[in-house]
Amino acid sequence: MSIMTTGASRVGYETKGYFRTPDAVFFTFLFPVVMLAIFATAFSSMGDITPGPGQEGVSFAAYYLPGLLAAGLLLSGVQNLAVDIAGEKGDGTLKRLGGTPLSPIAFFIGKMGQVFVTAVMQAALLLAVAAIFFGVALPTEPSKWVTFAWVFVLGIATSALLGVALSSVPRSAKSATAVVIPIVLVLQFISGVYLQFYQLPEWMQNIASVFPLKWMAQGMRAVFLPEDFEVLEQTGTWDLGGVAIALLIWLVVGLVISRVTFRWIRRDA
Amino acid sequence: MNETDAAMSGRDEAPALYVRGLTKHYGSVAAVDDITFEIARGETFALLGPNGAGKSSTIEILEGYRRRTGGEASVLGVDPAHGKLDWKARLGIVLQSTGEQGAFTVREQLAHFAGFYPNPRDVDEVIAAVGLEHKAKTRIAKLSGGQRRRVDVALGIIGRPELLFLDEPTTGFDPQARRDFWTLIRNLKREGTTILLTTHYLDEAAQLSDRAGVIAGGKLVDIGAIDEIGGAEARVPIVRWHEADGTPREERTHTPGTLVAAIVERIGREPAGLEIVRPSLEDIYLELVGEAAELSHEEQAEEVAAS
Repeated sequence: MSIMTTGASRVGYETKGYFRTPDAVFFTFLFPVVMLAIFATAFSSMGDITPGPGQEGVSFAAYYLPGLLAAGLLLSGVQNLAVDIAGEKGDGTLKRLGGTPLSPIAFFIGKMGQVFVTAVMQAALLLAVAAIFFGVALPTEPSKWVTFAWVFVLGIATSALLGVALSSVPRSAKSATAVVIPIVLVLQFISGVYLQFYQLPEWMQNIASVFPLKWMAQGMRAVFLPEDFEVLEQTGTWDLGGVAIALLIWLVVGLVISRVTFRWIRRDA
Repeated sequence: MNETDAAMSGRDEAPALYVRGLTKHYGSVAAVDDITFEIARGETFALLGPNGAGKSSTIEILEGYRRRTGGEASVLGVDPAHGKLDWKARLGIVLQSTGEQGAFTVREQLAHFAGFYPNPRDVDEVIAAVGLEHKAKTRIAKLSGGQRRRVDVALGIIGRPELLFLDEPTTGFDPQARRDFWTLIRNLKREGTTILLTTHYLDEAAQLSDRAGVIAGGKLVDIGAIDEIGGAEARVPIVRWHEADGTPREERTHTPGTLVAAIVERIGREPAGLEIVRPSLEDIYLELVGEAAELSHEEQAEEVAAS
């Protein structure tokens, strides 16, 4: 059985397993959609968000959409895989797989593929809900969708690898959510998912700039917000070059840590 | 004889598995202390011993999960510390604890695992062999403990292994399920599968295995055919009785009838508390393990006295 064939079979298996795990589906798949619905409904009477006084603005739903798309990348990758793999390490699933001729590469193709498939479905769902229920106008220029495509692919790959890397931290399956959720939650608050990034104090923006979520959100804003909103960014530009570089650095970091720390079982001395 | 046959017969002569002077230290504690044994191809070998005796450490070294501290090990001709995927494809491993992806049905799980192996068994045949036909479409999370254990066994044999590791496979089985499991293992044995079994149930070891090794305190205290373990001396019948003054006595003898007759004649009546016991495998095993425990206590006492 070739690695690619087994890898493909793992993608199907992992995706099926994901959708049969209610916790994972709610907290990593549906969560951004639920948050979009809450924000869009709760703030619907507060008027539009504008880039400056007297300028034309966008609805709360339209403003929050890019941030929640970025949050979806983080949840589908980091939170999903970190909790999932730590759990599989804890319940002996990985130990069992380690005793079979399954290649670790095929195993990771399965994990990455599951993350990619579910993240695509999640983004499609977010866009559909935003457009259909909250009247958000989606971009029509092909160039915007090209940007969306690379930010999405780079973002989800980075996020998935960081999830694998983070899965080595919890000492047990039970502590996995306790380790992972606070990190993911704090990042979402300081990176412009729930709070408007331009309103955060500069020191907090600088801290957020160290981590990848801020860059995913910025890349998504470049796609979905009107050009006028560019002035609200830290440098006054979308800085897509910065987005690419920051995500690539974190991609390499995630890859190296995953490669070094992954074990089928906790190896004794 | 062509080359393939020559290679095959050559392989058949080599043991399926051997360890020489196998040692495993955790810090300063020797969990496995200089163990040597081998298992022939097609043989079923039982490793017996109390919890913490070093059975699991030994078996996990042979499965490739743990690194040994010292000694030699060969499993299907490969050093288990450096076994690659093609080596794993020839093994079947039933671990002691079951970690199950409960979200999948029995059939889905087996079909998926079958895909890892070059020449797997038929999924439905394996499901039938472990007696889970009526549960094939049930999610594993909804099965009882004993049924899940049967899924573990099914996953261990789905790849048509040459060598099967069974670490306490029947824990949680009811008596009927255990009997069914024995039939399954005998069938695998008939097909030529080499089996290394650990178990707490001595009747199981007696039923299934050709030979057994007894591990206690990390040491192999005895090894031999299942009906020879402990030596001939350990199988000599024991006569127990009470003397006329009520003192309990016991004596090992090959002629228990003669001894009893002599006792009756000597005390002039039916002796109280009379019994004649032929030691069961369990008695012999407990004696072996007990001796080893006493020995290690003595060693510890000596060490304490010396320090």
